[in-house]
Amino acid sequence: MSARRDALTTLGLVGPATAAMVVLIFLPVAVVAVLSFSDYQFGARTLNWVGFDNYITLFTDPQARRAVTNTLIYAAVVIPGACILGLLAALGLHNLATRAPRLAAILRAAYFLPVAATLVAMAVAWQMLLHPNLGLVNQLLSMTGLPGQRWLSDRGLVLYTLAVIGIWQSLGYAMVLFLAGLAAIPQHLYDAAEVDGAGEGWDRFWTVTWPMLGPTTLFVLVIIATGAFRAFETVATLTKGGPAFASDVLVYAMYREGFVYFKAGYSAAITMVFFALTLTVTALKFRVLERRVHYR
Amino acid sequence: MMIDLDAITRRFGATDILHGISLSVAKGGFTALLGPSGCGKSTLLRIIAGLDRPTSGTVRFAGRDVSAETPAARNVAMVFQAYALYPHLTVEQNIALPLAMRGMSRAERSLIGGLIPSARAKRSAQGQAVRRVAEMLEIGGLLGRKPSELSGGQKQRVALARALVRDPSVFLLDEPLSNLDAKLRVQMRAEIVALHRKTGGTFVHVTHDQTEAMGMADQVAVMLAGRIAQNGTPRDLYERPATRDVAAFVGTHPINLVPGTVFGLPGEVGLRPEHLTPGGGIAARLVHVEYQGAELLLDVVATGGTALRAVAPGGWEAPAPGSEITLGYAPANLHRFDTDGRRVAA
Repeated sequence: MSARRDALTTLGLVGPATAAMVVLIFLPVAVVAVLSFSDYQFGARTLNWVGFDNYITLFTDPQARRAVTNTLIYAAVVIPGACILGLLAALGLHNLATRAPRLAAILRAAYFLPVAATLVAMAVAWQMLLHPNLGLVNQLLSMTGLPGQRWLSDRGLVLYTLAVIGIWQSLGYAMVLFLAGLAAIPQHLYDAAEVDGAGEGWDRFWTVTWPMLGPTTLFVLVIIATGAFRAFETVATLTKGGPAFASDVLVYAMYREGFVYFKAGYSAAITMVFFALTLTVTALKFRVLERRVHYR
Repeated sequence: MMIDLDAITRRFGATDILHGISLSVAKGGFTALLGPSGCGKSTLLRIIAGLDRPTSGTVRFAGRDVSAETPAARNVAMVFQAYALYPHLTVEQNIALPLAMRGMSRAERSLIGGLIPSARAKRSAQGQAVRRVAEMLEIGGLLGRKPSELSGGQKQRVALARALVRDPSVFLLDEPLSNLDAKLRVQMRAEIVALHRKTGGTFVHVTHDQTEAMGMADQVAVMLAGRIAQNGTPRDLYERPATRDVAAFVGTHPINLVPGTVFGLPGEVGLRPEHLTPGGGIAARLVHVEYQGAELLLDVVATGGTALRAVAPGGWEAPAPGSEITLGYAPANLHRFDTDGRRVAA
């Protein structure tokens, strides 16, 4: 009797969330997966099955390949940039917190602000800062005698400009996670390192801090990586993928093909590739790295 | 003297943790810092180690003022209550770390260090030292494991090995046995004493367990509320406690403390339960008997209403609770304390 009641309670607790997951995530993913093998257009009454055509286009069409490589380049800049700078900021603030707790709290809030703020609104501020003639960045450059740059309209530069904004935006998140990781390192390990002669600077970092941050670092990497693969707001608001697709990325291409050109089938194929990328990162975390960073 | 502490004070914010501690530890001696939690004994050990700095006072090692030196410069070895092993390193690497930190340059220790011939020679010398100390502690078979694969007792042995692998000026042990189960604790107690004898090093052992301190050390400093209440041999502490608080802290069975007025004296009088035994001139009513095999613990109420605890030998046939019995003691075992709690010489 009570076993049945337990089962009902369990179902009652798990059921709603599971149902929502199935209806809102698993089903749509399945539909998208199916659509990616068709030439379906939004609003059309019919569709034709085209096999792997959408995927072939995606990996052969120069414009589509551009979006893929741009996404990878963007991620390759943002992931290490945000992680390293986030770690440095966290180390600095962690040390500062014992000496000047109030200043550390203010700085922590400042670093975290871009995470909390709406990126679309922040993009307006960046647009003003990066304006070729009136922007503060170029004015500062000219004051120091350096030539100004067309940050958002130079084909060779625009992706890196967006990547820097991406770093600025996710650094605070990485920092907060690293701060939590640093606070969780037991003091007795630092004591042991000091007694063993590894109490200062690099020795201390390599002997205790960095190994003990392993799980945190892995988590930060995954979060920042999925965020970088999802880059969209800055592209949509600042460059629309331009000039000449120089800043086109996967999610923006997905949006353009699907919601501007209504090529739902093709857009679905891009979505599946994006999905595969994120899934790979997550699987890597759980299957391979998780065991290594916990030292089991 | 290996360690000389002179008027050490330590203040955290507005709180005084240590009030002018002076203590000397002989070279090759085994000193226990004994006290309840919060008495400042761990803070004092950290100050000896150099992990914490005194607010005032000096620390001298073999006559040299080391107050401003780091633990590494003082060359201390320490064993921590929570073992403090590096979880990402194997047992072998954990034990070798202090050797590598002292004997090798950063390049030699790095990942490519194996390519440098001098590093390889040093590594193999370290390997020998590690294996020697591992054999001594019977953990030779665990060298390839990670700390997460070890039991508490094994971790403690690794921590001891890490402390013993080099030749430190002093060995500091911060409650090293309190995370072990009772049986293992007794076993490790004997092993640490044996290691002390074998190495001839100077040991300072912090503990809240008076059995541990009495059984292991040749000098015990009882710390109460940031002061050394008494410093002496285990026998001194037991037979001539300097204050009523020391008398109350030391001894397996809590000492009986009765107002001196019972004997027509000021202050208090203490008598250990094991010195109050059946047969004698004191009439008492038996309240409760606790059988412990080798001895019986008796809770009695003496005439006048004073609750006392007495100990009877294991063979004693206890009458039913409520019976009237007689108890006796040797006057030499009475401890007299004045109104300030200080010992009054008999």
